[in-house]
Amino acid sequence: MGDVMRQALVVARKDLLLELRSRTAFLSMLAFTALVLAIFNFARDPTAIGATDLAPSTLWITFSFAGLLGLNRAFALERENRALDGLLLAPLSRTALYVGKALANLVFLGTVEAIALPAFALFFNVPILPVLPALAGVIALATIGFVSVGTLLSAMAVTTRFAELILALLMLPFLLPPVSAAAQITSRLFAGRPLAEQVGWLKLLVGFDIVFVVLCMLIFEWTLEE
Amino acid sequence: MSEHQTSPAKLPGGQWIGVALLLIAGVYVRALAFTPTEAAQGLAQKIFYLHAPSAWSAFVAFCVVTVCSIGYLFLKDMRLDMFAASSAEVGVVFTSAVLISGPIWGKPIWGAWWTWDARLTSTLFLWFIFFGYLVLRSAVREPGQRARYSAVLGILGAPLVAFIHVSVKLFRTTHPQPVVLKPEGPTLPSQMLTTLLLSFAAFTFFYVVLVTRRYALMRAEDARARLAEGDDAA
Repeated sequence: MGDVMRQALVVARKDLLLELRSRTAFLSMLAFTALVLAIFNFARDPTAIGATDLAPSTLWITFSFAGLLGLNRAFALERENRALDGLLLAPLSRTALYVGKALANLVFLGTVEAIALPAFALFFNVPILPVLPALAGVIALATIGFVSVGTLLSAMAVTTRFAELILALLMLPFLLPPVSAAAQITSRLFAGRPLAEQVGWLKLLVGFDIVFVVLCMLIFEWTLEE
Repeated sequence: MSEHQTSPAKLPGGQWIGVALLLIAGVYVRALAFTPTEAAQGLAQKIFYLHAPSAWSAFVAFCVVTVCSIGYLFLKDMRLDMFAASSAEVGVVFTSAVLISGPIWGKPIWGAWWTWDARLTSTLFLWFIFFGYLVLRSAVREPGQRARYSAVLGILGAPLVAFIHVSVKLFRTTHPQPVVLKPEGPTLPSQMLTTLLLSFAAFTFFYVVLVTRRYALMRAEDARARLAEGDDAA
């Protein structure tokens, strides 16, 4: 297990280093999230619906779209120059490859979310500071959920025609449980209700993470076998 | 080209589709003429005998996809992949039947075509998963890769449907609770229950007929593709 983790960290480090050196995907993702937030603000009637009413849904739709775009990146990167063949030839377990890719996606998306959150607070005038620890926890749980499934699905989708469209089609059903749970908790946190009231939704989030992380680790190798 | 030209081959077993449709028609004659009309809902309730069995067949189709997917990853038998694909195609048809008959029943009884209830939402997403499964298949050319990808998706879909059901249940639900399979035994009047069970049997039979026929067709297509490859090689 330690071996797998060590290999996974190497893969994740490689991915993040590549990202750090080019920064194209990261910066475009940030601009993209800011744009979505801005457009959401104008896609409502300000005299009928207050910005705060719409805030939790806006936040989660934005994160879902960002996640969807970011997930394409992980394996699209390996498709160029057939870099994936090199990875598969390396003395690396398939599970480690999956965990490494998922970790890199998690860090990537987590950073985008961490920067998008203040922008969200600013645009929608939501006081996030008092609920920040709870909110960060919920964001982390939901992100783990969709990164675990998304990493696996994107490994399959990139090899197909219409990769982006197919990833969206396959991924969106998997977003329903984590996003609905996270959006419910978020809206109640903003309403000043304690996190302890949301045990049902939290259980759902944690359950989703556990089931899909384990399942995806087990079946990932089938998406690569040559 | 010409040496392989024969008269268009016919798949055997076409008469079974006729038998299945006759059985369903028979169940409906019983439902309309020989089963008491429900007191509160009136004639609208008759759609029940189509709606619930279609949902059952869709559910069976989905379980078959999952089981064949797991089987494929272990046994690597292309027949399992083809059977899963046939079941998914037939599943889309039954799921569509549920999604179409549901609102027609819902409008007069609930006063709304659609509500975001647990069962409606999970059926809708079941449809999306089946659809995504078929789209994924159509987007991958190489048969071995297509089989592995579909199996992976077929396996991931099963826990997803459960999670969607639970997550929407945390909202409130308006869909009628089960009237047959529940701990304290069926509460449906016995005549209605008989009609319903007959209807379940007829729809299950219809599902089996459609899947086996679709499977036979897929085998035939596969054989033809191999033949064509052989021609190219020669």
